Amino acid sequence: MYKILKKEVLSDIIKLMVIHAPHVARKAKAGQFIIVRINEFGERIPLTIADYDRDAGTITIIFQEVGKSTMQLGRMETGQEISSFAGPLGHPTEIENYGTVVCVGGGVGIAPIYPIARSLKEAGNSVISIIGSRNKDLLFWEDRMRAVSDELIVCTDDGSYGRRSLVTEPLKELIENADKKVARVWAIGPAIMMKFVSLATAPYNVPTTVSLNTIMIDGTGMCGGCRVLLEDGARFVCVDGPEFDAHKVNWDSLLSRLQFYRKEERAAVEHWQHKCRLEGAPEEGGK
Amino acid sequence: MAELNQKERMKIKRHDMPNQDPLVRRRNYDEVALGYSEATAKKEAERCLQCKDPKCVQGCPVGVLIPQFIKALREGDMVKAVEWMKVKNNLPAICGRVCPQETQCEGNCILGKKGEPVAIGRLERFVGDFELAHRTCPLAKAAPTGKNAAVVGSGPSGLTCAVDLGREGHKVTLFESLHGPGGVLVYGIPEFRLPKRVVYGEINYAVECLGIDIKIDHVIGRTFTLDELLNDYDAVFLGTGAGLPSFMRIPGINLNGVMSANEFLTRVNLMKGYLFPQYDTPVKVGRKVAVIGAGNVAMDAVRCSLRLQTLHSRKTNELPGEVHMVYRRSRDEVPAREEEFHHAGEEGVIFDFLTNPVEILGDEKGNVKGMRCIRMRLGEPDKSGRRSPVPIEGSEFEMEVDTVIMALGTSPNPLVFVEAEGLERTKHGTAVADPETGRTRKMRVWAGGDVVTGAATVISAMGAGKRAAADIDKFLKGEAPWQ
Ligand SMILES: Cc1cc2nc3c(=O)[nH]c(=O)nc-3n(C[C@H](O)[C@H](O)[C@H](O)COP(=O)(O)OP(=O)(O)OC[C@H]3O[C@@H](n4cnc5c(N)ncnc54)[C@H](O)[C@@H]3O)c2cc1C
Ligand SMILES: Cc1cc2nc3c(=O)[nH]c(=O)nc-3n(C[C@H](O)[C@H](O)[C@H](O)COP(=O)(O)OP(=O)(O)OC[C@H]3O[C@@H](n4cnc5c(N)ncnc54)[C@H](O)[C@@H]3O)c2cc1C
Ligand code: SF4
Ligand code: SF4
Ligand code: FES
Repeated sequence: MYKILKKEVLSDIIKLMVIHAPHVARKAKAGQFIIVRINEFGERIPLTIADYDRDAGTITIIFQEVGKSTMQLGRMETGQEISSFAGPLGHPTEIENYGTVVCVGGGVGIAPIYPIARSLKEAGNSVISIIGSRNKDLLFWEDRMRAVSDELIVCTDDGSYGRRSLVTEPLKELIENADKKVARVWAIGPAIMMKFVSLATAPYNVPTTVSLNTIMIDGTGMCGGCRVLLEDGARFVCVDGPEFDAHKVNWDSLLSRLQFYRKEERAAVEHWQHKCRLEGAPEEGGK
Repeated sequence: MAELNQKERMKIKRHDMPNQDPLVRRRNYDEVALGYSEATAKKEAERCLQCKDPKCVQGCPVGVLIPQFIKALREGDMVKAVEWMKVKNNLPAICGRVCPQETQCEGNCILGKKGEPVAIGRLERFVGDFELAHRTCPLAKAAPTGKNAAVVGSGPSGLTCAVDLGREGHKVTLFESLHGPGGVLVYGIPEFRLPKRVVYGEINYAVECLGIDIKIDHVIGRTFTLDELLNDYDAVFLGTGAGLPSFMRIPGINLNGVMSANEFLTRVNLMKGYLFPQYDTPVKVGRKVAVIGAGNVAMDAVRCSLRLQTLHSRKTNELPGEVHMVYRRSRDEVPAREEEFHHAGEEGVIFDFLTNPVEILGDEKGNVKGMRCIRMRLGEPDKSGRRSPVPIEGSEFEMEVDTVIMALGTSPNPLVFVEAEGLERTKHGTAVADPETGRTRKMRVWAGGDVVTGAATVISAMGAGKRAAADIDKFLKGEAPWQ
């Protein structure tokens, strides 16, 4: 069992948790992820390692409540325990000094882009970051991102904060600006955002890395459920990724595969909420 | 019963084992085969001729002392029967249920030459179940040796190796990447063929009696590497199996509705998807399912599909759909256990032999809508001695399906080879290890089971774990140093 040592509410639907998991913390690196299963009935869901503390033996996760498992995790409190927590999984981000790099974080993707931006900065890059969300309430870690970036651009879809635009607009301007000499781009966020970032950088041949969030079960290469179609065939995101060259990804196939369990996902939420109502109290995980 | 003579024994007919009715069992996940009663088991045991040179034993990959345990059983001495069994086989309740007896022990039984062989598997299951219920054979543990060993993977090879090492007094830590131990026995083989209580019974016993420490959520190659384990342990056994699924190299494999049998069975068994939404992990089968392959894995996939369809149709009042098994060879080459093939047929699977898919067809949303197949005929025997299938030109046709499950065989997961300098691998990805001792080319590392042989059987994996444990024990006691 793995204890929740700290919980922070970053927005209505975005939560941060610090979990005691020394076996994962001892080797965790930026770009890697864990698989968590709340309790005996839970599914195995992948979450990025947003931060780690080797001495304290802790892993920080940040998640957006989109379905049953993330909602249930979001209801859990400090002191409660999670059944399983496996990792670190996937390949770490390859960090070098490339010159000027752009880090794009959309929505909950701001969490996993942060350690990457930090490492890139430490490696001597000039880091320009773009973070975006649907509205002001969903934005978090602006201060942290600013601290590791030479320049930070904030956008919201509805203009309630920062610039009113999608993250791809300022990105295009940066790439077109010859003075900036953008050497590389990292983008993490909803699949649809990553697709448009990829489309934006492809004409300029700026190498672009994305961290793919396919549906997973084991996270160790055993099921193939996470597979993604690249130009030269299928790959398993959990062991070959999660980071890939954005320009090689077949985005339409990826987006279609994310939809496959829609109906069941809705049924799971309804079943859970019904059960919570019957029991008169919010369902606690870990029990 | 008075002692019978050989002729009288040979007159007794082989006893059937009661099964759940096919129409009923399509609606549940309960065990299909119900096991012998004590009276039937004793009567079946009377059939054994107690051969001086027992051929059956030669057919068993681990050489179970078959005449001895059968004799004890028919004399009513169950404690003795369990003892005989355990000399060679740690997991009788499991092997009795899943061994391909018709090609192993029973395939060699002398009675099978003219009539029907002794039902060795069913008797073995009876003995195993007796032991699980009564715990007659406590795992005696030797005094602590002060040595420690790491076992990676908790399938039949790892479990057996861990138990045997624990008995000798070594301190054993078992590492497992999933959230529970058992390997294929838990994530692959369905409840209706091997109830999980049987597997957990064995595991709990090992943990309670021998104090084996099981570390779940530990992915070796990521959480720790093999080289790191070697710093902390005197010996390491790799029993990581062959869990990597293969997909056909044909167009359309990334469509929605195409999955590996591993994904499908993991959702159903390990994650209990058949109980969704009580359990969170969904599993989806459509109204027309095609499973490609005809091994044990394919057989489990068709039978799980049938059950999911029936359960679903009872909720929605629709008619249940169809489940096809698409196999490129013919009935005679089916590699699955005979009993499962028979059961699958009873449950209503449609077999499409000598048929091979060449393309999976999708609709505009990226969902599977059909499969283009080609008819095959059997040509000359290949290296394995089986007649190889040859496509019949111009015989292509379309089949309407909405779910395609690939059960085409698996290979070892390469993760464990990360930072394992010197651990040699064949071009098929299997670890190179001595078949007798399990020693790999890397000092203080042993391997056995599917990771060495490629996908094989429970009993061969268990045997490999046992042989490696014996050699590791000698090594740790200084009797067999590393050359
Ligand atoms: C390597 C990796 C790292 C990830 N890191 C994070 C992270 O740090 N923080 C975070 O909030 N999320 C992350 N995700 C996504 C997260 O795993 C999913 O949001 C989660 O599995 C949803 O589970 P659920 O039961 O709450 O929702 P579900 O009921 O399963 O799904 C609800 C909705 O989310 C969509 N969805 C389902 N699975 C995924 C998925 N894997 N990715 C995107 N959308 C999905 C569905 O299409 C559906 O619309 C990551 C995914 C991967 C593969
Ligand atoms: C669906 C199905 C049905 C089958 N039916 C039969 C049958 O009827 N009869 C029969 O005899 N055989 C059957 N088999 C084959 C049989 O199950 C296998 O041959 C046997 O389980 C192999 O045992 P093993 O110990 O080598 O590996 P496995 O049982 O595969 O166990 C390996 C374990 O190692 C773990 N692991 C892998 N990599 C790592 C890592 N890096 N770190 C930590 N842990 C790791 C895995 O999670 C797994 O738990 C079937 C197989 C399948 C898939
Ligand atoms: S272990 Fe398997 S092959 Fe050996 S005797 Fe038992 S059932 Fe037969
Ligand atoms: S070969 Fe058959 S009859 Fe002979 S000992 Fe074995 S089981 Fe008994
Ligand atoms: S999640 Fe199963 S192979 Fe990647």
